[in-house]
Amino acid sequence: MAVETLTLGKALNNGLRRALERDPKVLLMGEDIGKLGGVFRITDGLQKDFGDERVIDTPLAESGIVGTAVGLAIRGYRPVCEIQFDGFVYPAFDQIVSQVAKMHYRSRGKVRLPIVIRIPFGGGIGAVEHHSESPEAYFAHTAGLKVVACSNPSDAYTMIQQAIASDDPIVFFEPKRRYWEKGEVDTEAPLSAAHPLHAARVLRPGRDATVLAYGPMVRTALDAATAVADDGRDLEVIDLRTLSPLDLEPVYDSVRRTGRCVIVHEAPSSGGLGAEVAARITEKCFSRLEAPVLRVAGFNTPYPAARMEEEYLPDLDRVLDAVDRTYGW
Amino acid sequence: MAKGDRTKAGGGGTAPPEPEFVQLLTPDGERVAHPDYTVDFTDEEYRGLYRDLVIVRKLDAEATALQRQGELGIWASLLGQEAAQVGSGRALREQDMAFPTYREHGVLYCRGIDPIMPLGLFRGVNQGGWDPNAFKFNMYTIVIGAQTLHATGYAMGITKDGRVGGGDGEAVIAYFGDGASSQGDVNEAFVWASVFNAPIVFFCQNNQYAISEPIERQTRVPLYQRAAGFGFPGLRVDGNDVLASYAVTRAALDAARQGQGPSLIEAYTYRMGAHTTSDDPTRYRIASELDAWQAKDPIKRVRAFLDKQQLADEAFFAEVDAQAQREATHLRERVLSMPNPHPEQLFDNVYPHGSPLLDAERAEFADYLASFEGSAN
Repeated sequence: MAVETLTLGKALNNGLRRALERDPKVLLMGEDIGKLGGVFRITDGLQKDFGDERVIDTPLAESGIVGTAVGLAIRGYRPVCEIQFDGFVYPAFDQIVSQVAKMHYRSRGKVRLPIVIRIPFGGGIGAVEHHSESPEAYFAHTAGLKVVACSNPSDAYTMIQQAIASDDPIVFFEPKRRYWEKGEVDTEAPLSAAHPLHAARVLRPGRDATVLAYGPMVRTALDAATAVADDGRDLEVIDLRTLSPLDLEPVYDSVRRTGRCVIVHEAPSSGGLGAEVAARITEKCFSRLEAPVLRVAGFNTPYPAARMEEEYLPDLDRVLDAVDRTYGW
Repeated sequence: MAKGDRTKAGGGGTAPPEPEFVQLLTPDGERVAHPDYTVDFTDEEYRGLYRDLVIVRKLDAEATALQRQGELGIWASLLGQEAAQVGSGRALREQDMAFPTYREHGVLYCRGIDPIMPLGLFRGVNQGGWDPNAFKFNMYTIVIGAQTLHATGYAMGITKDGRVGGGDGEAVIAYFGDGASSQGDVNEAFVWASVFNAPIVFFCQNNQYAISEPIERQTRVPLYQRAAGFGFPGLRVDGNDVLASYAVTRAALDAARQGQGPSLIEAYTYRMGAHTTSDDPTRYRIASELDAWQAKDPIKRVRAFLDKQQLADEAFFAEVDAQAQREATHLRERVLSMPNPHPEQLFDNVYPHGSPLLDAERAEFADYLASFEGSAN
């Protein structure tokens, strides 16, 4: 065991380093990822150690990043694309949704595109517009893509390596406001022993209500559970981790026990992951529910100016308010 | 030569003035010299080009007929563009990789690929379904211009693999049209290819129309001149001249494979048919324009050349026609016998590693289908 305390950002950096070491076909591509190390320094030092042929500063055009990654993948490479911010992924939308997602299907399995598209997502950093969005539902809605979100340093370290090793195209969401939060990472545990990439995980067992979250809201959900523990309310917190395909068996098991479920995400509620999860829970656990499945989400507005984001973003109190409401039915 | 190469949109009933371009074979079949480009074909090779042209036109006509008879859902005809496609297609060396649009049936044929391969897409029994690396020919791409970025990325991979330099180096050709030249992806591909010095030839078939919109709706400068702004050479070739199309493409590909970077070829040609079988070109262009281009037909001029040079006789032309007919008939038979896919195949190959959610959907759908078995008919 080599357990280190790392920030989530550094854990990703170490995971990328491992992936580059493990397979010479792995390439990193993105804007400012070379000498600068990325605007969040997630690729810090990697160009220095692996060269500018493998850690590539690209022209400033997102469709070009993903589109050329498709060609490199057809050629046998495993590109890892960094999209600088969530709100900048849309210029690449066609390449992701119509090209990356569909190539394996269209080719009847003859073309694999082992591409990872890393996207720092979510708000809470006081940024200007287009720097705080949560676009995961667009991609989770698209067949042919897999979508995951990490929430803590240990998962960040393993999940990025698992995503790069996978032949499925994966959109990899990173909770940017948690980049600086620290946690323990076992950097010598074999990847094969890690929790599977496309599997949810119960982070805190509880008896009274189930709280589901992913990415940056996992910390919020855990804090909420801690806050009410003293009041005698025992919340179970599950990190969904994989948004496409969803892994809901652990969720169904939990909800069948608790009868109450609250889903938390920063993205607006309408058409969001919470709606999908709620529908499926209702189909599978209808007779065991004590209350409707409730969502705590961003409002159905554009992401607001930074001085309103505290009101926009789900927080501990809004999570607990929703939990309370599940007791009101 | 810049602006004013053509008269206004839709033509004015007469052919536009001939633009300046590389030409080695005039519409009358005269072999003309060019200071920078030539070809050195044997008699047999000249006859081979004629054979290619006739066959790809015949196969194309057969596919159009199949669509009219309801056997294909749609067809994108190459009629009029045979020389640009055969010339560039034959210029590829075996190790080169092509990224087509959905109209490069002639290039596909010249790559030695069975012309039945893309017809599943147009019949609606699959969405392409071939391995690009096995044929050195990517799947058809429907989204306009998207493939130029894939081609550029692939070319970057060639460089990374150390396969640039020398005569056995690899190169890529990316096909697109005049309409695609307005797409962001095409312009991004130009940027990428330029700054990474990728071994790629951008081959634009300017067939004068993007469905109904004439070239003037896409550009104020001749398309080949766009290359200058991106920092690589561009030239225009008579796209109805198979010899010139071959010569410029071969030279551009060889420059790319030797490490000289990208280039742009504008093959100046004309879409003599409709955009696809769903289109009605009589709504946006007049018959006399078509007539003017008929006089510049890419096949007639090669036949005239073979006649004048006494490289072929009537027996040869008859034999080529017979071969084209045989191949067309064979194609038709195989289209008609294409099996429909089984409904459950719609779940196949969504992901390399599968998905439990899809497995569950497939099982539920199978149960649903099974629930009808034995029900009253």
